[in-house]
Amino acid sequence: MSAGEHPCFHCGEPIPRGLVIHARIAGRDEPVCCHGCKAVAEFISGAGLGDYYKYRDTSSTRADEPPRPDRWAAYDRPELVERLTRAEPNGARSITVLLEGLRCAACGWLADKALSQQSGVLDVSVNPATARARLVWEPSKVRLGDLLRVLEHVGLRPHPLAGEPSEQMALLERRDALKRLAVAGFGNMQVMMFAVPLYFAASQGMDPTMREYMRLVSMLVSIPVALYSGWPFYRGAWVALRSRSISMDVPVSLGIILAFLASVWNALTGTGEVYFDSVTMFVFFLGLGRYIEMIARHRAGSVADALARLAPMTARRVRGGVTEDVQAMEIAVGDELVVRAGEVFAADGVVLEGEGRVDESMLTGESNAMAKPPGALVHQGTHNLATPLRVRVTAVAGNTVLSGIVALLERAQAERPRLAKAADRAAAWFLGRILIGAAIVFAVWWYVDPSQALSATLAVLVVTCPCALSLATPTALAAATAALARRGVLVAHTDAIESLSKATHVLWDKTGTLTRGLVRVEDVRTHGDVTSQQALEWAASLEQLSEHPIARAFTVTGAPTVRATTVEVHAGRGLEGRIDGHLLRIGTRTFTDALHAGAQHASGHAGHDAAADAASGESWVYLGDETGLLAAFRLADPLRPEAGQCVAGLAALGLPSEIVSGDEAGAVARIAERCGIERQSARLRPQDKLERLKALQGAGAVVVAVGDGINDAPLLRGADVAVAMGRGSALAQTSADLILVRESLDDLPHTVELARRTQRIIRQNLGWAIAYNLAALPLAALGFVPPWLAAIGMSLSSVVVVLNAMRLSRGSPPQRRPVWPANPRAEAA
Amino acid sequence: MEILYIMIPLGLVLVAFGLWAFFWATGSGQFDDLDSPGWTVLEDDKAPPPDDASRKDDSR
Repeated sequence: MSAGEHPCFHCGEPIPRGLVIHARIAGRDEPVCCHGCKAVAEFISGAGLGDYYKYRDTSSTRADEPPRPDRWAAYDRPELVERLTRAEPNGARSITVLLEGLRCAACGWLADKALSQQSGVLDVSVNPATARARLVWEPSKVRLGDLLRVLEHVGLRPHPLAGEPSEQMALLERRDALKRLAVAGFGNMQVMMFAVPLYFAASQGMDPTMREYMRLVSMLVSIPVALYSGWPFYRGAWVALRSRSISMDVPVSLGIILAFLASVWNALTGTGEVYFDSVTMFVFFLGLGRYIEMIARHRAGSVADALARLAPMTARRVRGGVTEDVQAMEIAVGDELVVRAGEVFAADGVVLEGEGRVDESMLTGESNAMAKPPGALVHQGTHNLATPLRVRVTAVAGNTVLSGIVALLERAQAERPRLAKAADRAAAWFLGRILIGAAIVFAVWWYVDPSQALSATLAVLVVTCPCALSLATPTALAAATAALARRGVLVAHTDAIESLSKATHVLWDKTGTLTRGLVRVEDVRTHGDVTSQQALEWAASLEQLSEHPIARAFTVTGAPTVRATTVEVHAGRGLEGRIDGHLLRIGTRTFTDALHAGAQHASGHAGHDAAADAASGESWVYLGDETGLLAAFRLADPLRPEAGQCVAGLAALGLPSEIVSGDEAGAVARIAERCGIERQSARLRPQDKLERLKALQGAGAVVVAVGDGINDAPLLRGADVAVAMGRGSALAQTSADLILVRESLDDLPHTVELARRTQRIIRQNLGWAIAYNLAALPLAALGFVPPWLAAIGMSLSSVVVVLNAMRLSRGSPPQRRPVWPANPRAEAA
Repeated sequence: MEILYIMIPLGLVLVAFGLWAFFWATGSGQFDDLDSPGWTVLEDDKAPPPDDASRKDDSR
């Protein structure tokens, strides 16, 4: 195949044939795919952090371009840094940084080590789960800009975050819930210890004083459980009652309060039974379920942060002829900003000066750069590629297009999963019946035997606790979501898990999903005595100044050592320029041939090449001079190495794949053949894709759509399950149910499998909960079940449900790829 | 069995101490990230000279 023998040492991607770049690591030359990866790999090894390559379990992010130290210049200015960061004791400052490319715990280790080596760094805590690092440093010893440069040098692009109130609140919420849970857990264990002897007190003839003593101690331990751990339930119930609705919290609170007060009364007066064991166990297990759900909710929240990283925190403002770096939030509508090439727009605006080209792929998915003449609109978060632009700001903060998308996403996340809601509705319905039933039981017993009335009523309330029923779905979904998150699959809409388990077809948009979505040089054929290395260098220096998407394929390999002068653009044909006085052309065959029209030594095989190239439907670019053709480059959007395996895996699960692409038929057919897809259609417009989808759905299919660009948004919205790639456009991600963060297609068949297992487990859980409740209710109502037995039965039924759900988080650990020295992807490619 | 009048309060004191320790640990962020600390044991304590760590691998 076209890829070189070895994958890139750093990022694991195939190295274009003919390209020879080596990184000097531990006295050995390791092949890398671009100068960016070379710089990163040499820095990591040079800093004594080579262990990283042993520990990591996924390949690193492709560096694309060598680090650019000037990007962080704004963070060297103390007064700006002061406003962006938080004060710590002893004059230190702290900031939270989102690290792009932080994929595994080894990356976290790398960031930690690299930063800790810097003098003046007081504390670094990296959290791989949230891709965040918190830095504490002494401004007098080291500048923030330098720390950010270190992070960029090791291949983790930092995005400083200001404030971050939502993350902080989530953290406090988690800690608070954990403390309440701990009190309930400790309390429950203690109370159970006293409860067991009390159960047998009567039959074994316990000393009455000892019995009283143990009951009072149980009460003492239960008070914090009922008041502190149970507080969230009472608050929830109060909120629900005030809005004249009934939620799970109402009967739960009623049960806790009733049983607790009755027990306190009995303990103090020395009469009847105490139910402290039931109360504490009830609070503990309900709290545990809530805690698991909260963790899953917080984890899913990180998608919004991933979007926030798109907007820069600083901007360069021109005011009264003075240019100054300011914080992004200080920019006002009407300000003038200077955005240099390579920078990201901090606000929406209108171009005043400069002929720009802007990469808007993060908003639109359109991979070709957009021309931005004066008067054109530019958007926050998009990337200025070519020339400096002067921009007048038209929208800031909450009014930009980017923040609109973020808001959309946040709203989508705030909705609770549909499936879990259905379970809650079922539980609420069930609860209404239980409360009525309990009242009837109480009334009947009051007539028959008043001394048994409270006990039987409590047994009904406790034994039929619908918590097993209401835990059945959320625990399974939470376990599945957590297991998927560990694999790098983010579940944005939990109900997608149900749809995915029923899926019958997979529709692929080819570009960016089956392929990488980046045009690269796949093959170099040289003519005469030119080496491929030389040809690539020349091509790169000619293309250096061009913003044509094809130019990226050449320049991505890094800064060339030779410089081209007097480069002229011949629109639609190619580029002409001089390197060391040597006149060269790059572009279409006729364009390069025109240069040596007189020289007839254009060899036979070169001519043969062109005909064959044209027939194959492949995309070739030629480099020539006055003597003839020097080299031919085959450009392609390379297939992801694991694509074939993924398609086969899905087929084995009964999900046939089909390509719906807007690309040319030849390119689509080639990709389809290489990954074993039989059905394909090419040259489709977005509405055609949607039509194909509707046709399938009309025939009863449940369709999974995988896409990454704006042109896929209709397809994704229409699909039963929408899957987007981690680096796809923001719009594609907001329409998606699942996001493959690691961009590894291997994850897809595993996700389908896990979704099916999840559904099985939910069904088992619901079946168990309903069967248990149906069996226990009549027994409790007839007074055969003492409250302590009811509590054990109820707790056990909940524990069964939770343990059954936990089976989902085991079983399919993420696959480790051996990464040193070779990468198995090479064989796959 | 009178010993229980002393042992139970003593046990409760221990429980209270355990809870206090748990609260302290939670408050200081011990439970915020349960995944990555497992990796810290892989670190070498003494700073290796540049390239040393990777050379070990070559010998495989």
